[in-house]
Amino acid sequence: MIAAKHTLIAASILSALIAARAQAQVAVKAKMIHTMAGEPIQNGVIVVRNGKIAALGSADEVNIPDGFQVLEAEVVTPGLIDAHSVVGLAGAYNYDHDQDQLEHSTAMQPQLRAIDAYNTREVLVDWIRSFGVTTIHTGHAPGELISGQTMIVKTSGNTVEDAVVMPVRAVAATLGPEAEKTGAKSPGTRAKMMGMLRGLLIDAREYRDKRDAAKKKAEESAEENSEESDEEEKKSASAEPPRDLSLEVMVDVLDGKLPLMVTVNRAQDIANALRLKEEFGITLWLDSAAESYLLVDEIKAAGVPVIIHPTMARAFDETENLSYETASKLVAAGIPVALQSGFEAYVPKTRVVLFEAALAAANGLSFEQALATITRDAAKLLAIDDRVGTLDIGKDGDLALFDGDPFEYTTHCTGVVIDGEVVSDKKQ
Amino acid sequence: MRTPLLFLPLVGLLLLSLSPITHAEPVAFVGAKILPIDGEPIEKGTLVIDGEKIVAVGPVDEVDVPAGAKTVDVAGRWIMPGLICTHSHIGGIGGADGSGPIQPGVRVFDSLNVLDSGFKRALAGGLTTLNIMPGSGHLISGQTVYAKLRFDTTPHRIEDLFILDEDGNPTGGLKMANGTNSMRDAPFPGTRGKSAYLVREQYIKAREYAAKKAKAGDDAEKMPPVDLDLEALVEAMQGKRVVHHHTHRHDDIITVLRLAQEFGFRVVLHHISDGWKVADEIAAAGVPCSIILLDSPGGKLEAMDVNFKTAGVLERAGVNTAFHTDDWITDSRIFFRMAAFGVRAGMSRPAALRGLTLSGAEILDLDDRIGSLTPGKDADFIILDGDPLSVYTKVLETWVEGSRAFDRSDPEDRLYAVGGFGAGHDQQPYLCCFGQEAQQ
Repeated sequence: MIAAKHTLIAASILSALIAARAQAQVAVKAKMIHTMAGEPIQNGVIVVRNGKIAALGSADEVNIPDGFQVLEAEVVTPGLIDAHSVVGLAGAYNYDHDQDQLEHSTAMQPQLRAIDAYNTREVLVDWIRSFGVTTIHTGHAPGELISGQTMIVKTSGNTVEDAVVMPVRAVAATLGPEAEKTGAKSPGTRAKMMGMLRGLLIDAREYRDKRDAAKKKAEESAEENSEESDEEEKKSASAEPPRDLSLEVMVDVLDGKLPLMVTVNRAQDIANALRLKEEFGITLWLDSAAESYLLVDEIKAAGVPVIIHPTMARAFDETENLSYETASKLVAAGIPVALQSGFEAYVPKTRVVLFEAALAAANGLSFEQALATITRDAAKLLAIDDRVGTLDIGKDGDLALFDGDPFEYTTHCTGVVIDGEVVSDKKQ
Repeated sequence: MRTPLLFLPLVGLLLLSLSPITHAEPVAFVGAKILPIDGEPIEKGTLVIDGEKIVAVGPVDEVDVPAGAKTVDVAGRWIMPGLICTHSHIGGIGGADGSGPIQPGVRVFDSLNVLDSGFKRALAGGLTTLNIMPGSGHLISGQTVYAKLRFDTTPHRIEDLFILDEDGNPTGGLKMANGTNSMRDAPFPGTRGKSAYLVREQYIKAREYAAKKAKAGDDAEKMPPVDLDLEALVEAMQGKRVVHHHTHRHDDIITVLRLAQEFGFRVVLHHISDGWKVADEIAAAGVPCSIILLDSPGGKLEAMDVNFKTAGVLERAGVNTAFHTDDWITDSRIFFRMAAFGVRAGMSRPAALRGLTLSGAEILDLDDRIGSLTPGKDADFIILDGDPLSVYTKVLETWVEGSRAFDRSDPEDRLYAVGGFGAGHDQQPYLCCFGQEAQQ
């Protein structure tokens, strides 16, 4: 017994040591720290202990404890957040075997989970990380009426369990020609898309009501008869509808627990999404929204946030009317806005949200506001601002280091820290 | 587009887009930071243009403003040559079709829509000359066209954009491609070995065709029937038509050099994702390159190793390197970004700026006319509000052959620069109302 106890203690000490090494104690000194939670700190220091920000302030105020790894940079920002990506599912090789972002057998598949499809070793994860992107909202892509679920992960970790911040973040939907099917397959038109979505939400409502009723009945009969006969147990069990993974997810959408993130570009498709929200009271996120500048008042009134298309998204067909200045128009109207890298079918296989924010900063957004769309405001929109998006005591030690203005083309990202671990220190 | 010339003062006046922007007298742009490209930057310089040409460029105290010239105060601005994109697909290109992989007789200019909105976007990005090409889905997809963006007034037909040679013919090259894009089901090649074989077979046929023609001399009986496809290949082998070759993987790049050696065509290597792996071989072959720098690697197997560093690696190996947009793969409005990324990863600033201008001119055999701010060259230039390699810099004006073709302060032009409702539509030929008298 004593031998086993010693082994146990030894094992727990060893695992603690391993954990401590993985989260090395790190401090960063920088000429300019954009905390995104107040004024930038000049000549500042950030101390990260056990993966969290433990101290933050000017160099005269904050001591760096002995034994800490010290990095230096010109500029530090919170680790960047990509508010909508498909990296990790849509692989760089672009062959069938590494494209898991869209399953085309049927139009509505809300039950498909992102955690089941994420490749932590995908080379594009490393690529975007090397530019300071530390958190991504990734998963199933636009291109089907409901393509599946999305999740939030850090761009580090050996397995998705290591990387995950939120295993289910939203249900991804698309309205418009991108989700159209040909021949006898549905949906073939915009009206059909809306009909199918409404039908699914109504099915979810009935599923929820049946399930709730069955639960209630089971509770009531359990209260009344503390000793239930086998027959009666079977009766109450059979009243519950069989589990439907798809409808379960849609119940959460119906109840507002899970947002429906709808990719739309034309004004009419944006209006359709708003109509759906009005009818069912769902939580709606507008995604891409190229023509949102035509519906600013309506979007504002509906209290809906916008994950705006990449600034440099190609302008043709549904996005032919997109503008570099849309983000600034939405922000000026007080609509919550975050920026994304989107989905690319060919080259470049992924965009980099840092570059997209840079061009937005050159087209109507202030430096601070543009940076917010990939840090503070993105975290708020995704409801992960308890952990990331700003540099503050107790938040995750996610940092992006630069040798100049992060938005300038010729500036480099010189280091990336995730949960206190230095994951990149090459000049990129 | 040379309408009756109107007198139009430039300083502080918002010009109506309906008015042609050409001048009877010389114009002197005074006080800008000037990047001539074929010389050192000039901190405070004067650029004088007369008609379609540059007549003088130099420091303000060294350049005389000619009598009767209009003077434009450009203090605080930067001026450099109009940008040259050596690989563009603007205009609704349709070159070779699905009938076979080798169609050198097809001319891309027969497919172009001169009213395509892409041309205005290119001007907004500071571009003044394009090499418009058919795609890369064929071993030889057709003849390219070198186009000047003469959009001071809306052109009527593609001929209005031609750059003519001494014989009055439109200049252009020949587009070729190897690697994955040009391989698929028969009659297209299924492998790289087959791709090279099919190309060699045609060039050999073209050699024999040329020999027959030479032997026939004046004898019409002996003359072979005209073959448009073989004519184009003969032009390539004679060095009259430059081959612009799309190629990515390092071994595909070497294959191009091998074929160029065998058949004697002048070649420019395009894209070369793996170019950094064979930079010395490219330098030894003495061929210029036109590269694209993409936001990320991947999208196809042969582009897995594409990297910003290619620009600097090629420069240090002594390879003449130009950049291209491959519009619509990247947007012509942000062409400067390409050069800036080159600098980010180790290319020198002068080489990067040259890569947007003079290197491209040399690649198109047009460096006697464009690519630098040199007296005698075409008055193709752009006015910027800052350092061209800064993300914050805007192209304020784009001038082509002495006429302003893009003006950011004009709301119609600005629409193409930033996008918005209507930016995707083809241009209107007449700038006013249906039924009213045309402006030209």
